[in-house]
Amino acid sequence: MSAVTRAEVEDFLYLEADLLDNWKLPEWEALLTDDAGYYIPANDDPHGDHRSSLFIIADDRERIHQRIIRVMDPNCHAEFPKSHLSRIVGNVRILSQDGDTVVAASTFVLHRYRRYERMGEYVGNTRHTLKRVGDSFRIKERRVFLKSHELGSLGSVSFIL
Amino acid sequence: MPANGSYVIDDKEKGIFLLDRSVHVSEEILREEMRKIFAKCWIYVGHASEVKKPGDFVSRKVAGRPIIFVRDQKGQVRCLFNTCRHRGSVVTTERCGNARRFMCVYHGWSYGNDGSLARVPSEEAYTSAFDKGDLGLRTPARFESYKDFWFMNLDPNAQPLAEYLGKATEYMDLVVDQSPSGQMEVLPGTQEYDVAANWKLMVENSVDDYHLPTTHSTWLNFMKNSGVVMEPPKGAGMVLPTKGLAIDLGNGHFTTDNVNFRGRPVAAWIPLYGEAAKEEMAAIRAELVERLGADRAKRVADTNRNLVIFPNLVINDGSSVTIRTFFPNGVDKMHVTAWALGPVEESESARARRLDAFLTFYGPGGFATPDDVEALEMVQKGLANWQDDRWSEMSRGMGHEDGEQLNSDEFHLRLFWRKWNAMMGEQA
Repeated sequence: MSAVTRAEVEDFLYLEADLLDNWKLPEWEALLTDDAGYYIPANDDPHGDHRSSLFIIADDRERIHQRIIRVMDPNCHAEFPKSHLSRIVGNVRILSQDGDTVVAASTFVLHRYRRYERMGEYVGNTRHTLKRVGDSFRIKERRVFLKSHELGSLGSVSFIL
Repeated sequence: MPANGSYVIDDKEKGIFLLDRSVHVSEEILREEMRKIFAKCWIYVGHASEVKKPGDFVSRKVAGRPIIFVRDQKGQVRCLFNTCRHRGSVVTTERCGNARRFMCVYHGWSYGNDGSLARVPSEEAYTSAFDKGDLGLRTPARFESYKDFWFMNLDPNAQPLAEYLGKATEYMDLVVDQSPSGQMEVLPGTQEYDVAANWKLMVENSVDDYHLPTTHSTWLNFMKNSGVVMEPPKGAGMVLPTKGLAIDLGNGHFTTDNVNFRGRPVAAWIPLYGEAAKEEMAAIRAELVERLGADRAKRVADTNRNLVIFPNLVINDGSSVTIRTFFPNGVDKMHVTAWALGPVEESESARARRLDAFLTFYGPGGFATPDDVEALEMVQKGLANWQDDRWSEMSRGMGHEDGEQLNSDEFHLRLFWRKWNAMMGEQA
């Protein structure tokens, strides 16, 4: 397999950011592999394992599907009306490439508004494990590390971070 | 105090209970609560398992007081005020760690992990009246534990913790009985979430099963999607598939006691856990029956209980075990901290199941808690009309207060408010 370029990874992460910011979650779900996982470790244990440490989110593929069903339901009160999300993704680097698997690091700043109020600013890093499929990618793992010392002031993570 | 000396209208004859909404919005009431509630009650500090080895410590704020919860070199668990005796700086800013000494970064006074003052730079500058032995880190007036749950009390004349907890210990025991050795531990990873609502709304929310079908319809939907059979409620006043009670434990403590329908890592299987879990869960249950007898094993495994220790500790033994505590940060804001609790001897697979089950419901990314947060914040917004729309209606189940009380009644919420109202009426 030929080497993946950073520009290709950037294009993909920007596409993903656009889908998530605009609540196009079925379209985002179509970018996941069948064994995809989505993880947000606790702020005070960022390198923990979700099987032995309490996370904020530790979704397997089926749980991601259920999460999407939940947050798209008008009875998901925490996200109805939906948050206005705007994230900047930057500092993209390819950490490794092994065959068709690419691990990429990026930094994000996400602003969230809801109920005509500012809800918070989420900052951190994401580590994507991507699978090369044709001339694009599928997401195998998405692991989000929140940089804030404590999550408290941010409140709920009821959207896809 | 309000003019008639009470924040509630408690009319047992008519079966009406109303709550004065000022309790959620008044700055003066919050200041009074800090004196009359938080400085008088036993307040949860931490669990012994958070400080396993000598020198292990966590620093946190409890009832507005920065404290260090620490195990000293001799193995004694202590609660120290995180305030230097010299000029008042906190002596550690680390949230957790292991230390023999806590050194103040301002002038370098350092303290042993038992709180004693160990070193004062150039001590010779003081007179003979300067007594290092009397300058250890101060501590709350009282610090006691029940089965590894440590509480502090700022009132030197408070009744002993065991007496204060009273019948609530029976429900703490049901949680601890999950462990064959009677030892539970707080698992790594802390959840925190601020809620833009008065802290007392979280007390109500933690035990109020009336709100489940509306607030948590997406969670109930998820349970259905994962294969849990949802029978329609059968009894009068019931809102959930199985029956649940609200129980008075005295002293302002209360609990729900529900026949489980939502699965329990110890030990009631639901399809969500997967076929592979069946065998191990059957073994966990067999151990419970063997150790506790069939009746008590059934209580441990087949009931879920949300317990409130007055005023601000919640132990949920539901989809998983949570310890949740919360403190006011202004009248319309609270800071919530939640931990997962599990038996120390749990297998790797059972531990993973417990943590996964936790996340199906609880926490800032859970399938239910964010909607609770939303509901409480909506209440706080609505309460802005309190001066012209003064009373909250909390009479559900009043007609049969001497009989059986359902988890979906407001009996237990009234217990909280009666206790709170009585304490706020006392001179302090």
